Amino acid sequence: MIESLINIILFTMLAATSLAVVRLHNLFAITMLFGVYSLLSAVIFVELDAVDVAFTEAAVGAGISTMLILSTLVITGHHEKNPKHGPWLPLVVVILTGAVLAWGTLDMPLFGSLDNPIHQHVAPRYIQDSPEEIGIPNMVTSVLASYRGYDTMGEVVVVFAALIGVLALIGINEKKCAKRQYSSDERPPRPVLQVMSKLLIPYIMLFALYVQFHGDFGPGGGFQAGVIFAAAIILYTLTFSLDDAFDLISPRVLRPLAAIGVLIYGGTGIVTMLLGGTFLNYSVLAGDPKSGQHYGILAIEFGVGLTVATVMMLIFYAFVSRGEKGKVE
Amino acid sequence: MALIVDALSWALLIAGVVLGITGAIGTIRFPDFYTRVHASSVTDTLCALCIIAGLILQAGFTLVTVKLVFILLFLWYTSPVATHALVRAAHHMGLPPYLSNNASADAQKGKS
Repeated sequence: MIESLINIILFTMLAATSLAVVRLHNLFAITMLFGVYSLLSAVIFVELDAVDVAFTEAAVGAGISTMLILSTLVITGHHEKNPKHGPWLPLVVVILTGAVLAWGTLDMPLFGSLDNPIHQHVAPRYIQDSPEEIGIPNMVTSVLASYRGYDTMGEVVVVFAALIGVLALIGINEKKCAKRQYSSDERPPRPVLQVMSKLLIPYIMLFALYVQFHGDFGPGGGFQAGVIFAAAIILYTLTFSLDDAFDLISPRVLRPLAAIGVLIYGGTGIVTMLLGGTFLNYSVLAGDPKSGQHYGILAIEFGVGLTVATVMMLIFYAFVSRGEKGKVE
Repeated sequence: MALIVDALSWALLIAGVVLGITGAIGTIRFPDFYTRVHASSVTDTLCALCIIAGLILQAGFTLVTVKLVFILLFLWYTSPVATHALVRAAHHMGLPPYLSNNASADAQKGKS
């Protein structure tokens, strides 16, 4: 009873947020509303007991993508352009698509019913066998990193490919930034923000490491940890300046690290093949299959975290350095 | 004893909810940006204290209490700084505060 009430309230708030997004024309406000939308989805995931997904949604959806879109707005400007076409064709397309989607949901099984295909297919096997086969408490991690290691590797490669795309299209403007020191009369120092963020950043990094290495036992893992770690550096960049961030972690250091993360993931698979197993079958990494699985999951989660953290920082650097350059010129 | 703790906890929780609703109403009803931020900062600090203190009384001496204290510290640490950053950014962009004898604010009102 209470649960369905909470669900109804949350979904109403989701619908209200999306309506507000449609009605608004200020891109800045729309970005912030998308952050709200992601947070609401995260709460819904918590309510569905999908804590890992909620964590990812809160860290990636509400945190870093809001940040990245905001840094894009620095380049593009805050105001929506007036569309050149009339509203009727898009309206028809949207109504048709929505009708098809609604029609498609008629075939979907009932929400939460026990005989849903998702509860019949591979899930029972994972739930029954993963304590013996993988032996880590967080089943989500064992599915993500071991049973579905191929999929996760694909995701990491997608993140890496996004970085390559951004670097190829925009690139990071390093040289101009080195000359462009903020003079004190131009931009006043921010004592409160700088001191507070300096105090906060070590704890954010510590929390990222905790999330990274505690992913076997609780909600967390490489993706969330990487994003949180990148958030610490982004906070530093925002409260200090891009030059200070470049001094702290130069893009020249980050670029190879992003590739090394993917390499660690793929390399783990190669090592398992060399040791006589199949690709990404970690059981051969140690004498005991369970320990092998533990080592393998730790290794690939580290690769994921490294790639995600460095890619997020580099994309942020790329957008911000481009935006600052546009302002200077 | 348990009854007293429970009653105290519920009183704190209800006080927190009242403060939260007050902050929400203030955020909508107050005349300009700075006063609205002031209203929402009440929600960030005192409302959080009341609700978390109420939850701590419910939890007793457990690990949950330690986590709640950390959450409270984190909220108290970040929320005022976030409010400060917000107000600072608005001031930096030249948003005038709304005053009863402020000509520029009246002009701003007439513009919008």
